[in-house]
Amino acid sequence: MKGKAMKEISATAAKAEGKKPDMTVFNVRAIVSKYGIYFIFLGMLIIASLLSPAFMTPINLINIIRQISIIGLIALGVTGVIVSAGIDLSSGSVVGMAAVVAASLVQTKGWSGALFPHLAESPLAVAILAACLIGVLAGAFNGFLVAKTGIPPFIATLGMVLAVRGAAMLYTNGRPVSSLTDEFNFIGQGSVFGVPVPIIILAAAAVFTHILYSRTKFGKYIYAIGGNEQAARVSGINVVKYKIIIYIYAGFLAAVAGLVVSSRIGSGQPGLGVGYEFDAIAAAVIGGASLSAGGIGTIPGTIVGALIIGVLNNILDLTNVSAYWQQILRGGIIVGAVILDQRKNRGGR
Amino acid sequence: METEYLLQMKNVSKQFPGVRALDNVELSVKKGTVHALMGENGAGKSTLMKCLIGIYAPNQGTITFKGEQITIANTHYALSKGISMIHQELSPIPHMTVAENIYLGREPTQWNGLVDMKLMNRNASELLERLNIDLDPRFKMHRLSIANTQLVEIAKAVSYDSDLIVMDEPTSAITESEVEILFSIIRALRKKSISVIYITHKMDEVFKICDEVTVFRDGRYISTDPIEKLTSAQLIQKMVGRELVEMFHKERAVIGETVLDVRDLSGHRFRNVSFEVKRGEIFGVAGLMGAGRTELLESVFGVRKTHGGEIHIHGRKVAIHEPVDAIRNGMALLTEDRKLTGLYLNANVRDNMAIANINEYMQGPFVNFRKIDSDCERMRILMQIKTPSLQQTIKNLSGGNQQKVLISRWLLTEPNILILDEPTRGIDVGAKSEIYRLMIEFAKQGKSIIMISSELPEILGMSDRIMVMHEGDKVGELSRAEATQEKILHMATGLSLTESITA
Repeated sequence: MKGKAMKEISATAAKAEGKKPDMTVFNVRAIVSKYGIYFIFLGMLIIASLLSPAFMTPINLINIIRQISIIGLIALGVTGVIVSAGIDLSSGSVVGMAAVVAASLVQTKGWSGALFPHLAESPLAVAILAACLIGVLAGAFNGFLVAKTGIPPFIATLGMVLAVRGAAMLYTNGRPVSSLTDEFNFIGQGSVFGVPVPIIILAAAAVFTHILYSRTKFGKYIYAIGGNEQAARVSGINVVKYKIIIYIYAGFLAAVAGLVVSSRIGSGQPGLGVGYEFDAIAAAVIGGASLSAGGIGTIPGTIVGALIIGVLNNILDLTNVSAYWQQILRGGIIVGAVILDQRKNRGGR
Repeated sequence: METEYLLQMKNVSKQFPGVRALDNVELSVKKGTVHALMGENGAGKSTLMKCLIGIYAPNQGTITFKGEQITIANTHYALSKGISMIHQELSPIPHMTVAENIYLGREPTQWNGLVDMKLMNRNASELLERLNIDLDPRFKMHRLSIANTQLVEIAKAVSYDSDLIVMDEPTSAITESEVEILFSIIRALRKKSISVIYITHKMDEVFKICDEVTVFRDGRYISTDPIEKLTSAQLIQKMVGRELVEMFHKERAVIGETVLDVRDLSGHRFRNVSFEVKRGEIFGVAGLMGAGRTELLESVFGVRKTHGGEIHIHGRKVAIHEPVDAIRNGMALLTEDRKLTGLYLNANVRDNMAIANINEYMQGPFVNFRKIDSDCERMRILMQIKTPSLQQTIKNLSGGNQQKVLISRWLLTEPNILILDEPTRGIDVGAKSEIYRLMIEFAKQGKSIIMISSELPEILGMSDRIMVMHEGDKVGELSRAEATQEKILHMATGLSLTESITA
C-alpha cells in the first residue's frame, strides 16, 4: 500500500521536475554517470586479461589487492576528508612516523642496533596502540588547524607533511629501525587461510568505513558539511567537532597503513610513505570523490579507484612497460578522472 | 496575567565593521500570529533574525522567549528552544536526499546506532503529504527545481515543531500555486497557535497573510501596527520614509531601427527562439520559473553554448562564443544571481565596478587608478549608492546597493544593449524605483534593454514589448498596449500555445 503511494508520489514529483516518470528511460545517462567507474574497471579487467595470460590468475589477483592495501587504507580516510570538502596531504608522513614508532617498540632483544634497547620486544598491542596514537594525534592537529583556525586544509596539512616527516627523522636519527619480531612481521607478511593479512585488514576497514560514512550520523554530517557548510551549521550541527573527527579518522587509518607497510618490509624507515598521499587522493578521485565540490564520494568508489590504479600498475609490469611510463600514465589517469568529474558536476554548461 | 507575547526582543544593537546594522531595535510577536517584518534592504531585518537564530551575537539587547530571558549562543540552542528559520539565500545540501536535508541534525537511529533511513523517509513522506507538497523524500536535492527546493526548506522549518518560525522571503523563488501551499501551511500553523515572523518585499502577501507588521528603516525601529490599520501606501511610506508617488514613471523613448536580431536560436532548455530588439526599446521577457529565459539570454551573451540559430547586431551577423565576443559587440549582462555570478564578494566597491571595463583604464602595461576612481565616484553619485567609501568591501553593502554597483559596472562599459536578468529581485522598493528610473534614462539615450522578470507588474510597467516563454518555447509577443497580467499568465502557463502556433 505504502509502496504504491510512494510510487505515485515519485511519479508526480518526476513530472513536476520535467522528467519522465519511467525510471528506465531517464536513468540511462544517470546510471552511466553514476556507475561509469565500475564499467571502466570491468573493461580494464577484460583488456588486461587479453594482454597477458598471467593476469587472470589467483596469485596475480591476490598480489594486486595486497599491493593496493596500503594505499587503500589511506584512501578510506582521505575519502572522508575530501567528502567534507577538505584535503589531507599529510598521510604519507604519518605512515612514516607511525612505522618508525611501531618498529622501535618491536625490535628483537639483544640486537646491537636497537634504537631503544630497553623497549625491545614490547607487547605487540603496545606497538599497535602507539602507532595508532601517533595517527590520531597528527589527525587531531590537522583537524584543529582546519576547523579552528580556518586556514585552508591544503596549507594546514602541507605544513604537517614537513613537520611529521621531520619528527620521524628526528626520532630515528634518520636511520632505519630493523630486526623486528616475527609477531610484528605477521601483520604485513602473514596469511590466514591463504589470504594475506593486509587484505583482511583492508577489507575489514573498508566495510567498517563504508557503514560509518553511509549509515551513521557522523557520516551524514561529513557529507552535509562538505555539501554546504553553512546549511549544516544552521541545522545545528557542530561543524568544528565533526571536521576534527574526520581528520583524526584519516590520521588513524594512515597510521594503520604505516603499521602494515613497516611490517611488510620488516623495517621501520623514516622515509616510508613519501608520495602515498597522492596515490590515495587519486584513488578517491578516480572513484568519484570530488575535489571541486565536496559532499561527493563513496567507499566502494574509492576501493574501485584503488583497484584501477593497482590493475594499471600490474598490467604495465606484466607487459614490461618501464616504471617511468607508468608514472606518466598514472598522472594522465588522475587528470582524466578529474576532467570527467568536472563535466558531470557542471551539467549543461 | 499571562503575558501575551511569545517573543520580545528589546534594545537590540549589532555593529559590523563600518556599519551599524541594528540600532536599538525592538520586536514583539504575539502568540499564534503572523508578524510581518518589513523594511528596505539594509534595514536590518535579516540581521535581527540572524541574532534571533544564533548566527550573530548582538552587541546589546535582551531576548525574552516564552516569558524567559535567554541568550542564544548558536543555532542548535535556538532550535532546541523552539525557534526555527527558513533561510532566504541558503541553498540546501545538493547531493543529499530531501529526507536527509529535512532531518539533518536530528536523524532517527536504530538500536545499533545506525541512521534509520526507512523511518526517516517515512516521516518525511508523511510530513510532505500533510503539507500537500508532492515530492519523493528520496530525491536528491540537486535534481529539484528552485521552487521545490524552497518548499523543502519550508517543510524542514515546520518539521522542528517550533513555537516560532522565521520565514525570510519564503516566496522569492516560488510561483503562485506554491505560494498558496505556503499560505495554507501558515494558516494551519496559526491555528495551532504557532507564531510566524514573515519577511517579504511583496505588499500583497503582507495584507493577505499577516496580522501585524513591524517596520525597520536603516537599522532602526519605526513602528508596529495591526495590518488592518494600514494601507499599502502608508506602509511604503513608513519603509522608505517618504512618499513614492509612482513606481514606474514610464516614458517612452523614440524607438528606432532593429539593433539585435536573434533568429531560430536553440540551446540547453530552449528551442528555435527568434526575436528582435530595437533602438530605445525596453524588451520584456516573461515566463515562469524554468521557462528557459535565463538560458536563452545567457546564450545570446555567450555564457552558454548554442546549437543552431543566428545572431545579428546592427544588421551584421556576429559569432558569439564567449562573453568577451558579446561585450565587444556592445552587450552587457546583469546576471540573475548576484552572489554566484556577479559579485567579487571580498573585493571592494571600486574594483567590483571597474572590472568589466579594465581595458579602458590601461596606460601601456599600467592601470590608471586615478581615472578608475573618478569614474567610479561619478557612478556612485549617479546611482546613489550608499557606501561609506569606494574602498568598502562589497559584501558589507545591502542587496540593493550591491545591485546598483553591478549595474554601474556594466554602464561603465557603455553598452548599446543591456540585458537585465531579474534586476530587482530581493531589493527594496526605494532601490527598485531608482533602477527603473535608470532604465528609462538609458533607453532615452537610444540604447536598448532586454529585461527578464518574474514580477508581472514590473514587466507590464516597464516594457515596450513583451515576449512570453513557456518550457523553452517562445509562446508569443505582446505590445505594451495589448499586454495584461491575465494574458501573460495565460501564455506563460502554456495554455494558448496551440493558438499562437496556428495564428
